[in-house]
Amino acid sequence: MNKYFHSVELNADLCCGCTNCLKRCPTEAIRIRGGKAHILSERCIDCGECIRICPHHAKHARSNQLEEINNYKIKIAIPAPALFGQFNNLNDIDIVLTGLRALGFDVVYEVSRGAELVSEATRRMIAEGKLNKPIISSACPAVVRLIKIRFPELCGNVMPLLAPMEVAARMARREVIDMTGVDDSEIGVFFITPCPAKVTEINAPNSTEKSAVSGAIAISQIYPALTSKMDKLKVIEPIAKSGLLGVGWATSGGESAAMLGEKYLAADGIENVIRVLEELEDDHIRDVDFIELNACSGGCVGGVLAIENPYVAQARIQNLRKYMPVSLNHLKDGDVERMMWENELEFNAESFRLSEDIIEAMDMMEKMEEICKTLPGLDCGSCGAPTCRALAEDIVKGNAKETDCIHKLKAKIQSVYDQLGTL
Amino acid sequence: MSNIHLHYDVSGEDFTRAGEASGSVKKRLKALGYNSDAIRRVAIAMYEAEINMVIHADGGFVDVNIYPDHVDVLLSDHGPGIPDVEKAMQAGFSTAPDNVRNLGFGAGMGLPNIKKYTDDMRIETVIGKGTDLYLTVKVNEA
Repeated sequence: MNKYFHSVELNADLCCGCTNCLKRCPTEAIRIRGGKAHILSERCIDCGECIRICPHHAKHARSNQLEEINNYKIKIAIPAPALFGQFNNLNDIDIVLTGLRALGFDVVYEVSRGAELVSEATRRMIAEGKLNKPIISSACPAVVRLIKIRFPELCGNVMPLLAPMEVAARMARREVIDMTGVDDSEIGVFFITPCPAKVTEINAPNSTEKSAVSGAIAISQIYPALTSKMDKLKVIEPIAKSGLLGVGWATSGGESAAMLGEKYLAADGIENVIRVLEELEDDHIRDVDFIELNACSGGCVGGVLAIENPYVAQARIQNLRKYMPVSLNHLKDGDVERMMWENELEFNAESFRLSEDIIEAMDMMEKMEEICKTLPGLDCGSCGAPTCRALAEDIVKGNAKETDCIHKLKAKIQSVYDQLGTL
Repeated sequence: MSNIHLHYDVSGEDFTRAGEASGSVKKRLKALGYNSDAIRRVAIAMYEAEINMVIHADGGFVDVNIYPDHVDVLLSDHGPGIPDVEKAMQAGFSTAPDNVRNLGFGAGMGLPNIKKYTDDMRIETVIGKGTDLYLTVKVNEA
């Protein structure tokens, strides 16, 4: 498999080479070359900001089609709690879960059930003093990827527990195998996702060798078929087995609230997340034990594959939670061990460094500083790099030339023109 | 030995801008693929020192020299100077005014923290003239 799998992809036919995604990308992972956007694989964290901003819909997230569930004998849906915020006047999540059954899934297992187990495991591990404080949540895969490429000293603070999606997938598989005796390979587990980074997490997990999730179907893709089934249901099946703590994970602050009293901080929106991580790295945040970070504004409900305005979805989820029990899922013996990461989070140094050799890197940086002084400092993006500094970096790396800067090119043409005039 | 020299002016008026120099240095050290523990120590020590310049000395300038195995930083101001350096080095000692403490600064941990995170620290101070703070952070190969 490719070293870097990305769910975010470009449809080159639709890309007109404008600078919208270029300027929006939080890791400076986009360049415009030959009039089309290119994603620098080693820097992309699949946050989906470029999908959100592109006015031409040239960026999209790879995900699975509903028909693909038919490749498996037993079909399991694991819906993200964010799904429950997408419907008007919903007062019972069983309507959504039964709707998924009507779409062809044999079993529906809420990811919020996994979330409740993750919350309980986190509380237990904190009480046992086993974690480096402050603990950074590992639930948002875009944030984990960001830490992995940009914050080496924080890798050890990321909670070494699998995310609720993975926990739910494993639990669901086990339940079905225990119940029916079918072989694991005959089971397809599909995550109903608001999030492109989760698609990446399934295909190239940060923390485990192989994900228990078989595929991901975007909420935006399944939505029309699902609502039409939900409208026609005759019987609502009693499927839901999660409480308000698990469902609360759909919105920013929900995971923190499920910590039940730890001193926490919850930040959402990728720019805010970066600011918190920078301050954390500099030791400015001292009186907090737990840090919840969500790349999307509003939390998972703000995912780029969701339909509804995140704040409307958040209000609906608050309302739904009112009538729910606190928590319906509790750890059994061995659960925590099964939920631990199999691989340690390792810093990937190559994303931002200029060269493996520090002497060469220093040389390149010196050249960069010199080039920077000659650039206009407008950060206009017309050269195809997001800032003048990024262009300087591309030039020393041999990926761009100074006349890619249209202002420098204009000055050069002007000087040629002036010289011609004197002939 | 080859080195990269960086120079920053630190404004004495704006708290929100304190940390610009340390942030910029951090970014460059990461681009150099510098040892991550050393990056963190440089960033923390420089930020503390920048804040000190803003609180006590109405700003100044920072000179940074990056070498493959260590970073030298000079923070220079034209502030009031430090009357008793030994006392200023004690944890918890602070002359910061209340408005600064209300922002969460001035806990008297500035200089002790800088010392903790650096491998070498030297203070040259003249009352009424200003203070030069020299810091060195070495790369400790684990």
